[in-house]
Amino acid sequence: MSPWLGFEIRVALRFLREGRMQTLLIIVGVAAGVAVIAYISALINGLQSSTLTKTLGAQAHITMRSPDDLVTPAALPEPGSTLLTQTQPRAQRLRSVANWQALVPLLESMPAIAGVSPAVSGAGLALRGEATQAIALTGVELDRYDRVVGLRSKVISGVARLLPGEAIVGRELAADLGVRAGDRLSIQTGTVSDSVRVTALVDLGVRELNRRTVIVPLRSAQNLLGLPGGVTSLDLTVRDVWSAQTLAQDLRRQFPYKIESWQESNAQLVSALNAQSVSTALIRGVVLIVVVLGIASVLVVSVVQKHREIGILRAMGTTRGQILRIFLVQGAVVGALGSLLGVLLAIALIWLFTTFVRGSDGLPLFAIGLPLSTAVQVALIATVCGVLAAIAPARRAAAMDPAQAIRI
Amino acid sequence: MNPAKASHALIELRDVRKTYNPGLPSEAEVLHGLSLRVDRGEFVALIGPSGSGKSTLLNIVGLLERMTSGSYRLQDEEMQGLGDTELTMRRRTRLGFVFQFHHLLPAFTALENVTMPALMSEGRVSARRLAHARELLAAVGLADAMNKRPSELSGGMQQRVAIARALVHEPPLVLADEPTGNLDTASSDEVFVQMRRMHAELGISFVVVTHDPRLAARCDRLVELIDGRIARDEPT
Repeated sequence: MSPWLGFEIRVALRFLREGRMQTLLIIVGVAAGVAVIAYISALINGLQSSTLTKTLGAQAHITMRSPDDLVTPAALPEPGSTLLTQTQPRAQRLRSVANWQALVPLLESMPAIAGVSPAVSGAGLALRGEATQAIALTGVELDRYDRVVGLRSKVISGVARLLPGEAIVGRELAADLGVRAGDRLSIQTGTVSDSVRVTALVDLGVRELNRRTVIVPLRSAQNLLGLPGGVTSLDLTVRDVWSAQTLAQDLRRQFPYKIESWQESNAQLVSALNAQSVSTALIRGVVLIVVVLGIASVLVVSVVQKHREIGILRAMGTTRGQILRIFLVQGAVVGALGSLLGVLLAIALIWLFTTFVRGSDGLPLFAIGLPLSTAVQVALIATVCGVLAAIAPARRAAAMDPAQAIRI
Repeated sequence: MNPAKASHALIELRDVRKTYNPGLPSEAEVLHGLSLRVDRGEFVALIGPSGSGKSTLLNIVGLLERMTSGSYRLQDEEMQGLGDTELTMRRRTRLGFVFQFHHLLPAFTALENVTMPALMSEGRVSARRLAHARELLAAVGLADAMNKRPSELSGGMQQRVAIARALVHEPPLVLADEPTGNLDTASSDEVFVQMRRMHAELGISFVVVTHDPRLAARCDRLVELIDGRIARDEPT
């Protein structure tokens, strides 16, 4: 049995080898395009992933709260009459999510949800000696909360533990109050105050959060904030970060709570990420077009240069299909070799970025890598583009009249 | 000429006309109802002044151009009306070409040029085909130049490679367009001797277009074309 495309591959490779400089230039051109695409993809993925990790590192993907208190109108206006009213919105008091104990197992049974953490949040003061700081007090069950925000991984000092009378505080707050793991501080909310021992200091990734955060056991927060047995929110973490919005919409249809996804509470960030993604896609598209045009132009020149060889081959009995495939193979080879070189170049660029571009703390700005799947995808796209770019020149070569080609 | 084979028509052209640019002001008929028969085993010289239609006739016989009207039978099969792929396949199996300017593939060695028809047909070059190509190159005196590129060979050597390539798949007919046109006398003689030898050994028919009356006189039959018509057709 004849080897598949044996003739076409051999002639195509020899043609490419014959036009060595031309071939080399176009392979380098394709490599540059592929490197730009792969590097930009890796960079933007790394940047977005880092931004998301920092943003979502200290917050739930979805938050369920009890609905806001609304002012109910005293009476509806009579038909045909217009009632001019001015309603003062109600001050929102701390209220518990109704039936939260029953809701937690129900939410946990949903496959899209990876974790549920009940929380009590409110404002308070932290006092130590003469120092006083306004704080955001959060009461949680540590294990559940850890599943939602990964608190244990953010500990920079001490051991994360929340037994009764213990607290975890943000790094900046600890510095402001002059406390270390093992020290005590007082927490005051309205008329209630309590003394807690700091078990760990955490870095939540945002300085303002670190300056205000005090995390205590759920029951302690319920007592301090005057919400016995209640929770102000249920914090949810989902398996696919980007599905949070859809899931929040589903939950809103099922439950009469105020439900907010991370995308809704960070709308500007999501817009910025989307703009980045669109820009990346545009850059990739433009670079691919340049790559396609580059390959096509070189092959068009090659067809003109090789008209006599094409004529000889046709006279000897090469079919139009074989001539077509010779040039398609050339496009594929240039695309594949350029892709391979381009991926290696992208890896080198990524290494340069992670080695030499550092933040003020001397650490890399963010993790950036080229996943195998991305590399393979980019390489495949470039190879396919190589074949597509070769179609027009290949058709031109195949359509060449052998008698005329030989005569010229 | 082998009398046993001569009784069978290899090519048969009847009332062949070829018009370029039909319907345009530049319309020109170059072959005017030409009829010609070449039998198996013949060695025919096709002569005539420039513009007489020799190359057009050779292209039509070589299935590189289509005639405008008439009939062309190659090995008892009508060629008029066949599609491009069918004509290409007939060219591949039944015809061999030797062009004036060698027309070897410059990117391939002499041996690779000669094995090209096999590679084209089968996608690979079998050991048997390779051995046959080597034998042919040795037969035309190029045993030591098999791995040289055309640019490393003299004009005469290139033309001998072209002859070997035209013969490698043992076609019944080889068409040669001015095969010695740009060679010196010694090289011309050498190339012509090789063609005659292959004709004698393999029984392959040759139609040779030439301007050289000395070479034409050494063919078996002389066909002279003037203004698109056969003016003379006689044994030499």
